[in-house]
Amino acid sequence: MQKTRPKHLDLRVIKFPLPAIVSGLHRISGALLALSIPFVLYALEGSLSSAERFEAFRACLGNPLVKLFLLVVLWGFLHHACAGTRFLFLDMHKGVDLKTARLTSWIVMIVSLSLTAAIGAYAW
Amino acid sequence: MVNRIVVGAHYGLRDWLVQRATAVIMLVYAVAVGAFVLFAAKAGYADWQQLFSCTWVKVLTTVTVLALLWHAWVGIRDIWMDYVQPLGLRVTLHVLTIVWLVGSLVYSVKVVWGV
Repeated sequence: MQKTRPKHLDLRVIKFPLPAIVSGLHRISGALLALSIPFVLYALEGSLSSAERFEAFRACLGNPLVKLFLLVVLWGFLHHACAGTRFLFLDMHKGVDLKTARLTSWIVMIVSLSLTAAIGAYAW
Repeated sequence: MVNRIVVGAHYGLRDWLVQRATAVIMLVYAVAVGAFVLFAAKAGYADWQQLFSCTWVKVLTTVTVLALLWHAWVGIRDIWMDYVQPLGLRVTLHVLTIVWLVGSLVYSVKVVWGV
């Protein structure tokens, strides 16, 4: 076997196919979600502790920065859930041929982004 | 002589399977809570608190949090194993990750059972 295999890791030269992008975003969104666990728990605690804090949290949603943060976490969750469901089917050898795999990647991107937009528009 | 390099991980099927099983648990829980929020659009604090005051909701929430933390452990550990090669740094990051996740577990018990 050849000892030094050719590597093409120059990010300016290589072009990722969509399934690779979905996979990469799955990892990035997963890391983001793991980091956000205590903050989501804090929000749950606040929303459960008293009616005043519940309303205070609701009012807090009006802040654009809070909105942006929540939208990013929401997208992270939706993308991770959609892409994860796709991976579960791939594990069961469903949709592993290139055409279907590319199609389901598109579906994951479109569904997670449009759900984020829809929930964001609905909530505000 | 066994020549196995210690990388701070187990080997084999278990983690892979755990990641998938916990994923399904979280999907079911997320769909259920999502459905509550969707169909209870007019619900206020009282309904939200009432939902989380049921013992079975607390039990299912705690089970889901356990699934989440175990799932996150497998995923984050994979990230460190892929990108962090120096062993000392990697093990340090593993320990910090465990502290982060166990801390979240203790906090979640307070949040869920303290209401």
